Formats: sequence, structure tokens, C-alpha cells
Amino acid sequence: MKGYVSSIQSMGTLDGPGVRFVAFLQGCNLNCGCCHNPETKAFSGGTEYSAKEIAEKCEKYKSYFGKTGGITLSGGEPLVQAGFSKEIFKECKNRGIHTCLDTSGSILNNDVFTLLNVTDYVLLDIKYHTEELYKQYVGCSLSAPLEFLKVLNEKSIPTVLRQVIIPTLNDNKESMAFLKGLKEQYACVQKIELLPFKKICQTKYDNLGIPFPFKDFETPSPNKIKELEQM
Amino acid sequence: MEHINWNGFNKGVWQDEINVRDFIQTNYTEYTGDESFLQGATQRTKELMKKLEGLFALERQFGGVLDIDTETVSSLKNYDPGYLDKEKEIIVGLQTNRPLKRGVNPFGGIRMARNACEAYGYKLSHKVEEEFLFRTTHNDGVFRAYTDEMRLARKSHIITGLPDAYGRGRIIGDYRRVALYGVDRLIAEKKADKAKIGMGNMNLEETKLSEELFQQITFLGFLKDMAQMYGYDISGPAKNAKEAIQWTYFAYLASIKEQNGAANSLGRVSTFFDIYIERDIKNGILTEETAQELLDDFVMKLRMARHLRTPEYNELFGGDPMWITEALGGVGQDGRTLVTKTTFRMLNTLYTLGSSPEPNLTVLWSQNLPEGFKKYCAKVSIDTDSIQYENDDIMRPHYGDDYAIACCVSAMTIGKQMQFFGARCNIAKLLLLALNGGYDAQSGIKIGPQNKVIENAPLNYEEVVARFDEYLAWLSNLYVNTMNVIHYMHDKYAYEKTQMALHDTDVHRFMAFGIAGLSVVADSLSAIKYANVTPIFNEEGYVVNFKTEGDFPKYGNDDDRVDLIAKELAHKVITELRKTPTYRGAEHTLSVLTITSNVSYGKHTGATPDGRPEGAAFAPGANPMHNREENGALASLNSVAKISFDDCRDGISNTFSVTPEALGRTYEERIDNLSTILDGYFGKNAHHINVNVMNRETLLKAYENPEDYPNLTIRVSGYAVNFNKLSREQQKEVISRTFHEVM
Repeated sequence: MKGYVSSIQSMGTLDGPGVRFVAFLQGCNLNCGCCHNPETKAFSGGTEYSAKEIAEKCEKYKSYFGKTGGITLSGGEPLVQAGFSKEIFKECKNRGIHTCLDTSGSILNNDVFTLLNVTDYVLLDIKYHTEELYKQYVGCSLSAPLEFLKVLNEKSIPTVLRQVIIPTLNDNKESMAFLKGLKEQYACVQKIELLPFKKICQTKYDNLGIPFPFKDFETPSPNKIKELEQM
Repeated sequence: MEHINWNGFNKGVWQDEINVRDFIQTNYTEYTGDESFLQGATQRTKELMKKLEGLFALERQFGGVLDIDTETVSSLKNYDPGYLDKEKEIIVGLQTNRPLKRGVNPFGGIRMARNACEAYGYKLSHKVEEEFLFRTTHNDGVFRAYTDEMRLARKSHIITGLPDAYGRGRIIGDYRRVALYGVDRLIAEKKADKAKIGMGNMNLEETKLSEELFQQITFLGFLKDMAQMYGYDISGPAKNAKEAIQWTYFAYLASIKEQNGAANSLGRVSTFFDIYIERDIKNGILTEETAQELLDDFVMKLRMARHLRTPEYNELFGGDPMWITEALGGVGQDGRTLVTKTTFRMLNTLYTLGSSPEPNLTVLWSQNLPEGFKKYCAKVSIDTDSIQYENDDIMRPHYGDDYAIACCVSAMTIGKQMQFFGARCNIAKLLLLALNGGYDAQSGIKIGPQNKVIENAPLNYEEVVARFDEYLAWLSNLYVNTMNVIHYMHDKYAYEKTQMALHDTDVHRFMAFGIAGLSVVADSLSAIKYANVTPIFNEEGYVVNFKTEGDFPKYGNDDDRVDLIAKELAHKVITELRKTPTYRGAEHTLSVLTITSNVSYGKHTGATPDGRPEGAAFAPGANPMHNREENGALASLNSVAKISFDDCRDGISNTFSVTPEALGRTYEERIDNLSTILDGYFGKNAHHINVNVMNRETLLKAYENPEDYPNLTIRVSGYAVNFNKLSREQQKEVISRTFHEVM
């Protein structure tokens, strides 16, 4: 099976446990204002690879993975190419490689269900805590990732809830309480990771000749992140 | 044989023969825990270090050299004893009579000594000039014997950095022998060896050896006298840890008073010292705190070691390095790791005394090292950027478990093997020379086989490779012959008497060749093969530039199409070198290492088909060219790991810079990830890596405001430097290197 890959990072240490090979898949169904990979958004473009080719490439880095690392599929939104993602993970698991999915959890269909059967670990974005913010800045309903989380819990897949902290939108008690509530409610949630909103992607937008929707938002201070983490 | 100072040690063959390895193996205590037992610096250490830092600051203010003794020729007994602080010091001994004062060592060449003095506003004394007026130096000898072609190769910079005007270095005496056996025993053994010589045929080789042994014995006597000047009798074995460290240091000190070789490495002393320290702790003589204090004082002495160099020398080997390389860790033949508490204590000096390029702390990495030690190393790298790593699992099968590293990456069994250092040849320049049919457009010199300039455009891969091979065969022969001349003369006029006295008499020799420009040539050949490369000619009809159209695979992206070209290049070079016999039957070895000379090599090399402009710096060592890596850090590491250690037994240097953020989110994650990355890289049979964990911005700030960053240490190529001691040009090159960061 073939699919489209925007880029490959042989050393990923921020997307899942340990040292990981990260493939950023092409195409995304959402419209997040804070998106830091705008080049992966379009449904066209990217480089064509077979699932086997990706797994073989990844295998070349197996010695670096240690006990915890492996492959992470990110994007874009890997669920857009769920069939391709599933094939990659199958090939990887045959090679003894730990699989991790970095997703918004906004698509749930049969392909996604079978993908989750070969997924060892999930990084699930919970972008905001209200339906309004989701509608305005994401382009889907908050119920989508919540439904996705329920499935992850049923399948007992270890999950990290991630949130990009954007001042004035979700750097508040309510958002933290919401995340904490999810962690308490679902046993599959191992931890919550708060990621500071960054604007280094501005150059990517400039190169693509499109406006960066969140260019006027501030970036949070490291202290603010610490403060939120302690809430 | 027995000695009262050996009480408490396990018996072994080490008592009856000179065998430090056996002593270590029968006596050391492996440590598999973490760093939690370590202690910080004592008040005494802090005060002494403060004083030393004051002197370092003064040295910087004086333009890099604090003082020169222009009246005295450096040797073991020529200076009165010197001290940093006689009352406070635990380990004593300085190269001259005052801290950081440099001696002159004209044995390699009087001109070099003269120029070095003048570069810092001094004048070599009449007395020394007179003394060397009728004396042949190593440099004199070499230039008497050089052929015209050898001179041209040197002048055109096709072979550069040859040790023909300074000491060759890269010889590691087994300094531990002095501590374990005392000097008298070593003299007795050497006398016995000398007595055997007359029994066979007195041929050239035997006569030479007989004279060398005479010199070795004489200098062992001088070593004893030198220690006596500091109030120590080192004729017998050391009786405790303090003496073991002091005796070992005296032996090292004697060798750097005698020799100004480029690299004067220490060897592998930490686990040896640990045996004495453990015995003293057991006997209530030392505590953890005082054990650390001993190490701290010893390391402070090493940080004070200096040689006097010329500005031209600094251009090749920037940052005033001594390469006091200490090999740490590794695994023994029996499977026990050689990590001891003193291995940790040695690394801990980077905290007790602050980060520093010297001594050049080198971890011999094995997949089987204890986890606690692996993590501690990763932590030290992240905190200090001061250590390098080399693959014990691929070196141990060749060198056993008592080898050390000379300079950056050259492995040798301690006391049993030595090397003839041979700098490097510029293979990127060789490629251009081949295209121009034996004309070097940079220097205007005609050298090598004289052929027509290449005509076919675009360049044809097979034709270019055939030409390159022809010139490589020519250069390899010339290179070996040049080295033969240099090392014959070095043995004759600047023989390392102290260091060789601390080797077995029957020693195995390597002849270490090197190449610069590996990634430039690999990418150039890849461009010729996969893209369209059209040569651009000047008015005289020589190729001076290239038009490269289309994309081509670039080394550093884990792409076999080009990585295997690089691997094959290294294989070809060593294969060609092996065809010419060496002086004293030395074994040919090859390194891919440039020190900081990648800047200078680039400066003397025209534009290359990979798109590198005329004069632009090469990547250091075996590194991919800067910023050509598109698939992240591990892809780059995988490319370098493909260069075979079997072809490059003198080492394959890789310098890796990564931002802290790219290693992980938290400090603990970064430590874990770096440790796993090292396991992964070395699991691919890679040989060496320098690790820098820093942001480019820090370097830019240090470039602009050096006074704010007096101790900024960075690993460059097989060694570390104080960033401020690099030339502006070298600093810029370091800043321009690839930093693996978060995308």
C-alpha cells in the first residue's frame, strides 16, 4: 500500500517515548490556527512511499531506539491516511518496533479501528476545553477527540493528552481542570503534556505565502507553563 | 618479587614482569552504581582553582601566552622546581619554574622555536641560538633528505601539517609503570634488554635499538633526578594513592618537558589509580572527599600544561591543545567493565573544577557499560560539552583491554604499541589535481603525473574515477616515502627517550596516515554521477570551477548511493598506502580526522563539483558537509557509521552538535535519550563521536562578547577547546556547522 509523506525526521525526541523515527504524513482534515506544520496540510503533495519502504527506513534506526523508542506517525493527520498508517505499523511491529500515533483524534472509521489494533501508544491532542473554541479554531467538534479517547480506553492503549498552550485561549484553570478530569476518567491516560505555543513556524507560512492565523497571539512564558502544570 | 608497598594487593605475574594490565586485572574493583557517592571540591581545591583561574585570565590578557623562558632549553632537569602554591598543592611539578610559563624546545626545529618566541614579542636568547648553531635538529635532518617532489607536495598543500618542524607526538608512555614499579626496576629491566642485544647480529636495526636503550636508561635516571628536585625519591614503588598519582604525573611531566609533540596523551590511569585509592580508603588514609581532592589537584596540573607554538601551527591545530587524552571505562577481556569509582571521580573534575578542554576525557563506550555510568556520561556531556566517546566494542578485539587513545582517535596498547604520526593529505585537492592533469591551480605548481586537462563535458563518472585513482596511487607512494624520511629523522634527532623508556623494548609501530576532505570528494563524485557537472576553464585552459545542474545524493542522509562512495574512498586510500613499505616495518593505518585544519585545507582548495566554493572550509573529520543533512541527526550518524574501522584503524572522527531541546523535553529525558543514541550509533560499529549539546546562539554571543564566556568549552574534532582560544575564522566555521534542532 502506498501513501504520501511530507517529511521524515530520523531523530525525534519530542513525539512519544524515547528516541523515535518520525514520519510526518501529508494531509490534514482540520484547520487549527496554531498549526506549526502548515506544509503538511494540503491533501496533495508529499513524497509517495509504500508502507514497507517507510518501515524499512525506520528499521535502519532501530539500534537507537533502546527499550522505549520506536516509530511515530504524525502529520498532517495520520488518520486521514489510516489505511496507509495501519500498514506501516503492521510492517513495523513485524520488525519489533514500538508504534506511536500523534493525532487530533478527529476521525473514527473502520480503518482507524484496525489501525488502533497495531498502535502501541497514542499522543492525543485535546486542543481546547469548549465546543466554541473547537468550532472556531479547529474545525471539528470537541466530541470527536472525546469519542476517540473512549475508544483508546476500551482498547487500553497508553495515551498522553497533549495541549498546546495559547495565552488567552486555554492558559486557564478551566482548561487544566478539563484535562485533569479526562485523566481521572480514563485509565489509559498516562500523563498530560503541556506544550508552549511557538511562532518559529512563521517562516514556513511565509515560504508558503499564506498567513499564519495565530500570528498575533503571544507565546507563553516557561513560568506560565509550570504554573499550569501545578494546577 | 615482593615489595612492602605492594601489601594488600593481589599477587600476579605483574610482580615478576612489567605488566600493569595484569596488576589492574587482578586488583581492580568494578563499580556498577551511579554518581550519588561523589563529593564536591574542598575549600583548599576551591582556593587553589581560584588562583589558577586568575592566571588563566592573565594569560588571555597577554594574548594567549603568559611568559616564555627564552634562556633555557626545555628538558627534565633544566628548570628549578615550580609551584602554583607550594603550601596548598598536593601533587607537585611544573614544566618550567613558574605556572603557565612556557619553555622553548628547539629539538624539532630551531626556526619554529625562534618564530614562536617572536610571535609573542619575545626573542630566543643568544645562549639557545648558540647552543643549536652546530646542532642538527629534526627539521634540519628532514630537509636535508627531502626530495624535490616532497617539497612541492608540502608547498602546494596537498600534504599538510606534517611533523617535520615540530615534535611528532602521539606516543603514550606507560606512565603508570613508574608508580607501580619505581624507576630502579624499570632501569634494571631495560639494562637486561640491552645486554641481550649483542647476542644476535649487530645489524643496523639492532645497533639503533642499542643506542636508543642507552638513551632510555639515561633519561630514566634524569626522571629520578627531576623528582628528587621536588623532594621525592621515586626509585621504588609508590606506597599510597597520593604517591601513585605523583609518580605517574612525574613520568608524564618528564615526557612533556622533553618533548613538544603535537599530542601528548596520558593513557588510561583512572582505574589504575582506583586500586590505590580503594586500598587507602580501606586503610583509613583517604575519604571520598580527600580522594576527589587528589584527583582534582592532579587534573589542575594537567590543565596547566602548555607548549610554545607558532601562529601557523595554531591555524592547523587551534586552541592551544595538548591532547592530554585520558581513556575512561571500556570493558575487560573477561567481561567485567573497567568502570571504577575513580572513573566517575575523573569525570567529576568537570564539576569540581569546572568544564575544560583538558585533559581530553574520552569515554570508551561499550553496549555493556553499566547503565549508571552511561547515564552519568550523558549528563556530563549535556552539562559540560567536554567529553568524547569512542567504540570500545570495535577497538578491544584489536588492542585488548589496556589500550589508550593518543591525540583524538588513535588507539594503541599502552606500553606495547606506538605510532608515527603523519598528519593528512587533502583528497579534495587531489581530485582537482587529477582533473587538471597534474596542475594545482591554487599554488600554480605542477606536481604528479603530467596529463592533459580533462576534456569531456559534462564530466563522466568513470573517467573521473579512473583519473582520481591514478593520482591517488601516485600520492600514496609519495606520502609513505615522505613519512619514512620524517620518522627516520625524528628517531635520529628527536627520539622520545622518556616515553619510549616507558614502553616494552620490543614495540609494535603504526604509521598513521590521514585524509581531509572525505565528504567533499564523496559529494563531488556523487554530483558527477547523478547530476550534470560541467567544468569551467580559465584562460590558460585549467579547470577552476564547475556548473552543477540537477540534484544528487549527499553524504549525511543515510543514502547508500553516496555513503558507499565515501566508504569506498577510504578503502581505496589505505589499500594504495599499503603498497609502499614503511620505515621500521610500521603497520599502515588511516584516519579521517582534521582537528581544526578543515578550515585551512578548505582555504587552499579550489571550487569543487559538489558546489563548495573556492576556499570554503571542509567539514571536519568524517562529518557530512554542513547543512546538507535533510533527514535529521540519526541519518547523519548512520552515514558516518558506514565508514569502515577496518579501513580506518587510526580513527574516524565525527563531531555532533545538537540543541538541548532536540534531545528531549526534560533534563532526565535528554540524559536517557543521549545515552540510547550513543548505544545506537556505536551499535552500528561507528568509531567516534564528539557531543556538543548547545544552542548556536550561545556561540554567537561568545563570538561577540568573549569576555562573558571565559570558560565556554566546545568539542571540535577529536578534542575540545576553549571557544575563545580559536581564531575568528575557526570560530565562524564552528558556528556555521550543522546544529541538529527541533524542526
